[in-house]
Amino acid sequence: MRLETTVDIAAPPEAVWAFVSDPARVLHFMSGVTRWEVVSDQPTGCGARYRTLMRVGSAEVGSLIEVVEFAENSELAWTSLTGIDQRARWRLRARGLDGEHPHTHVAFRLSYGVAGAGVSGWIAERLSAPQVRQNLRRSLTQLKRQVEQEQLRSDAAGRREQKRTRASFSNL
Amino acid sequence: MRRHSPAALPRRLVETLAGQIVGHIPKADLDERDPDYIRENLPLLWLVSSLYFRGEVRGLGNIPEDGPVLLVGNHSGGNVTPDTMVFTLAFSTYFGVERPFFQLAHNLVLSAPGLGRLRKFGTVAASHENAERALSTGAALLVYPGGDREAHRPSWEGNHVNFARRKGWVRLAAAHDVPIVPVVAIGGQETALFLSRGEGLAKFLGLDRALRLKVLPISIAPPWGLNIGDFGGHLPLPAKITIEALPPVHLREEFGPEPDVDEVYDHVTGLMQDTLDGLAAERRFWVIG
Repeated sequence: MRLETTVDIAAPPEAVWAFVSDPARVLHFMSGVTRWEVVSDQPTGCGARYRTLMRVGSAEVGSLIEVVEFAENSELAWTSLTGIDQRARWRLRARGLDGEHPHTHVAFRLSYGVAGAGVSGWIAERLSAPQVRQNLRRSLTQLKRQVEQEQLRSDAAGRREQKRTRASFSNL
Repeated sequence: MRRHSPAALPRRLVETLAGQIVGHIPKADLDERDPDYIRENLPLLWLVSSLYFRGEVRGLGNIPEDGPVLLVGNHSGGNVTPDTMVFTLAFSTYFGVERPFFQLAHNLVLSAPGLGRLRKFGTVAASHENAERALSTGAALLVYPGGDREAHRPSWEGNHVNFARRKGWVRLAAAHDVPIVPVVAIGGQETALFLSRGEGLAKFLGLDRALRLKVLPISIAPPWGLNIGDFGGHLPLPAKITIEALPPVHLREEFGPEPDVDEVYDHVTGLMQDTLDGLAAERRFWVIG
């Protein structure tokens, strides 16, 4: 089953990337995900491995995944090594940089299934899709809220710093 | 003229039948567990568990991440035990099918037509040797000390843990120095109307000696209506199954270097009964949950 959800976030790609690439933050915004544990020596980057679980129906379903693509501020993709077959990808694209409202277009793609499961696998994928899709939509909504709040705080801190700098110059 | 007791003929029939059945009981082989087979059947288990039984499994994080562990569960549902299926799915998706996981089952279950495939899921005949071998290989082992006696208890005793003072599991855990994780399930005894264990009838027919069966249960269950023996299984009612794994009990740490079997038995069954009472308090309606 292949699902894709998108969202526009009022922040530069670097701000979004700080969230999606940090395994310590994933559980804060990924809905339905009950585990995202680093199991490799390196916590991020190509080759990083995580043990993941998402509650779907009566079970916590997941995989041991490995990051296979890690292009900063742009693409993060992983594939499963054991457990449920899955491939997933974060795609971040800067939009509106020339205009008044620069933002990041975020797409999250997830393909999952169990190879060799036959008809029951085909049915289970389709029946689980609404819940997984809802989890992904909630996740992106929560990501948007958290990144934009972080961006607001960061912008406010920047403005305060500018004010302090201007004040210190005028006192000279 | 020689006089026969009234039970003589039925007993002879049972012994003949038992001879046939015992000959078909497969030799337990831990190697028959097939992770690929389990993985390919996870979607089917997920469909039945999620849609039919609305399964809910809590506390899997209490089970040690690796190494041997003895999972001790209360048994429900007669010869069709949906809680085992729900738990097997949850365990396999949580820890991965690569983690060895075995379940002990009555010989009759494994020899029943069509149920041979259970061996691929890691179900082996209940015996001390099989339990020892499973734990020696570092596997997780699920046992139901209450066995047939507990699984066929009347529906109105559904919320009682009843291990019938069977304590082999305590000695097993102590001998292998493995943690015990109590696994408490509710809902299985609502999948049919269980009326009686039929212990007197089983004794009268000599089933205990012939087939290690201490019960000849009587229930009302689809599609049979009145179901005596439950040998052919039944169509379970879609009762909501809730399962909770409790924190591990480390015998040496909690009960000293020589754990007292009775003390451990009372402690673990007490914990399980308290949990079962809590789960029962959450339920509002029979079958619906």
